[in-house]
Amino acid sequence: MNLSIDVTNNEGVSNVVLTGEVDAFTAPKLKDTLLPLTKEKGQVVEVDFQDVNYMDSTGLGVFISALKSTKEHASTMRLVHMQDRVYRLFKITGLTEIINIESTVQGGM
Amino acid sequence: MMEPFDFVEVKVPAKAEYIGVVRLSISGIANRMGFTYEDIEDLKVAISEAITNAVKHAYKETGEGEITIGFGVYQDRLEVMVADHGGSFNLGEIKEDIGPYKQDDDIEELREGGFGLFLIDALMDKVEINSKYGVIVLMTKYLHETGVGQNGDQITTPQ
Repeated sequence: MNLSIDVTNNEGVSNVVLTGEVDAFTAPKLKDTLLPLTKEKGQVVEVDFQDVNYMDSTGLGVFISALKSTKEHASTMRLVHMQDRVYRLFKITGLTEIINIESTVQGGM
Repeated sequence: MMEPFDFVEVKVPAKAEYIGVVRLSISGIANRMGFTYEDIEDLKVAISEAITNAVKHAYKETGEGEITIGFGVYQDRLEVMVADHGGSFNLGEIKEDIGPYKQDDDIEELREGGFGLFLIDALMDKVEINSKYGVIVLMTKYLHETGVGQNGDQITTPQ
């Protein structure tokens, strides 16, 4: 019921690997880690969802903030290896239209 | 005649760290009832959204307090109540005052949470709000396919 966040930086790319659950308890920590990464011009922020087994709207809120920040600072963000269950939330809220997401199952849902 | 059901009540401090604990509770109850894996995941998100809202509300009011969660376990459905106060439920009384949420209801907390209420609505079969004493969210999920959409409520995507 916790979230661990591992960040590795190299050559303009930040890899953010998430493990655990994103909810109201863990979302603030995620936001505090993610947002500064998006504030560097040209930076590519890649968030790995492979081991995220739970997320709710508090997580969606974090990624909306991060997306706004990438627009402001000319950086980019993509979410990769997302599980079906988590992808579904992005899908039903229409966020798949505006956020770059690569789900584990292509064309799922 | 009153329909038979089991009632489970859980009380947690109005703090975000307990949301995961309640997710485990609903997961256990729903699994026991025979809900599918997908439905259990839906229930976990819906209850978390309601509790997140209650936590924010409690925090704004006093910075402390309790949240009461009630599970009505029926033959064909699970009813989940989330109250942003520590009082126990009188199920009959709550149901008398409850109704579909309306624009003028005092549920600003849910709305300003962004997608919270939207997700509850999308993931559950029926959602009702009682805002007479604090905010109580009553949401229902049916066990069988026949129950889905009984409220004429379709899951839609905002395209």
